[in-house]
Amino acid sequence: MNGFARQRYLLDFTVASLMRRPGRNLSLLLVYTLVVFLLASAMLYSQAIKGKAAALLRDSPEVVVQRMEAGRHALMPVSYLERLGRLRGVAHVEGRLWGYYYDPVVAANYTVMAPDRDGALPGQARIGAGIARVRGLAPGDVLSLRGYDGRPHAFTVAEVLPADSELVSADLLLIAPADFRAFFGLPEDVYTDLALAVTNPAEVRQVARKLAERLPDCRPILREEVLRTYESVFDWREGLLLAVLAGAVCAFLIFAWDKATGLSAEERREIGILRAIGWETGDVLRMKLWEGGLISFTAFCLGYGLAHIHVFHAGAPLFAGVMRGWSVLQPHFALTPQVDALQLTTLFLLSVVPYTVVTLVPVWRAATVDPDSIMR
Amino acid sequence: MIELSAVTKTFNAGRPNEYPALRGVDLTIESGRVTALRGPSGSGKTTLLTLIGCLARPSSGRVRLEGEDISALPERFLAELRLRRFGFVFQRFNLIPGLSALDNILLPAYPLGLPYHDLRARADALMASLEIDHRAATRVDWLSGGEVQRVAIARALVNDPPVIIADEPTAHLDSRLSLEFLGLLGRLKDAGKTIVIASHDPLVFETGLPDRVADLRDGRIVGVAP
Repeated sequence: MNGFARQRYLLDFTVASLMRRPGRNLSLLLVYTLVVFLLASAMLYSQAIKGKAAALLRDSPEVVVQRMEAGRHALMPVSYLERLGRLRGVAHVEGRLWGYYYDPVVAANYTVMAPDRDGALPGQARIGAGIARVRGLAPGDVLSLRGYDGRPHAFTVAEVLPADSELVSADLLLIAPADFRAFFGLPEDVYTDLALAVTNPAEVRQVARKLAERLPDCRPILREEVLRTYESVFDWREGLLLAVLAGAVCAFLIFAWDKATGLSAEERREIGILRAIGWETGDVLRMKLWEGGLISFTAFCLGYGLAHIHVFHAGAPLFAGVMRGWSVLQPHFALTPQVDALQLTTLFLLSVVPYTVVTLVPVWRAATVDPDSIMR
Repeated sequence: MIELSAVTKTFNAGRPNEYPALRGVDLTIESGRVTALRGPSGSGKTTLLTLIGCLARPSSGRVRLEGEDISALPERFLAELRLRRFGFVFQRFNLIPGLSALDNILLPAYPLGLPYHDLRARADALMASLEIDHRAATRVDWLSGGEVQRVAIARALVNDPPVIIADEPTAHLDSRLSLEFLGLLGRLKDAGKTIVIASHDPLVFETGLPDRVADLRDGRIVGVAP
């Protein structure tokens, strides 16, 4: 007996059988596809945005040190630079200047930074794409902002930051250190915080521990902690989205359960006929397995494919607002298309297997009834 | 040859609605001949057919097929026997709606897993002999009564079984179609098939098709002729 041919015949019969009820099966396929599409979109978007954030933060300092005063972030005296530089395992220390600025013109917050290297020349600014959009600025334009003392400060836009870093740079305003101190009224002998590079990345935790012992009024923030925070934020947003989608998923489960577990009198009769003409219980079960598998696998492929297009090629219009966060300066960025094997497998196991198994329960019950029922 | 000895079949045994459908039936069905089971509704004809055709097991007694006791075989082996040794023509023909005539005819052959061109050649030959080859691709819902019965016969014959079992096959046919159907059974008998038919239609007996008639009443055989 040719097992392969037998399976092929069962598959052929299953397809022919499905085509007999196009309305019923098509509606099931559509709803199923929609649910997989929604779940896959949320998962793909969350995964991709986390990957994007991690890639962008890869170049950020390994450790940031902030001074605390009464439990709040305080300015860092320049003398701390010297004290930290002598700490064993620290390769390099630099003071950072950064702060926030609320722009009442567009009701948006900017992150203002003044890096020593790759910053901006005095009187100039490099701005994030979000600021450029809301302010309608292009290189060569002048950006005028009110400083801490109420006086206007004008910056000539030297560059709009590249679009590939927009996820974290949409609201960024880079200016020269001297301009930063003048704009915020910051004395020359303080920084906002310090950035550390360690000699051996594997020892970053030990360095952080020693640092906390030597400078008890400071707190070290590790890059991996920042990454984890980002991941938590995106996980939280994904969870929020999935919670909203849970209603749709539940509705589908009820729908699928009803479709899968309720065998109509006609279906029972057909199973009786097949059994009477010589099909084994196993043949009937295999046929139904093909049926459930075909519907769920087709829905999985369609749903996942559409979600891929939705997230990576259409900019995820359904979820972007929730997943990126709420802001006036909404970042625009392109996610790198990717397929994660674990994620794909998880979605496959969650969507294809349960439905296929559920369809077998009533069929098994019907298929084990004596075939003579068809004669009575 | 199929032999039944002291066969009983009781439905819902041990329950308040227990029903003895067959009570101690002894019968021999000879190969290559037409045996008819005759009797009123509720006499046990269909139940007896299900036992002969391995669709069910007797509550007690023995059923032997070519000398082999098949009374207590597991369902899997009974399915194998149904597949290879029996062809069934049901009362309402029981074709699967929505499928084509060809698909319906091929259904019993699928579990054999033979090459498709062999199956197709078999089905084509059967359809040609029954003059329904032009309706191969037509859905069975759209066939006439006569065409439906021929598709049912083709389905019963596709695995070339030695025994054909027909349960009240003329119950839902007019006289013309009934005679046509009985003519087809006659051709099968001439081809060497063993045929067991359950009926209370006088037309079946008037044609002289049955070689042997077993009369049933209240689950017992009350007479066998000749």
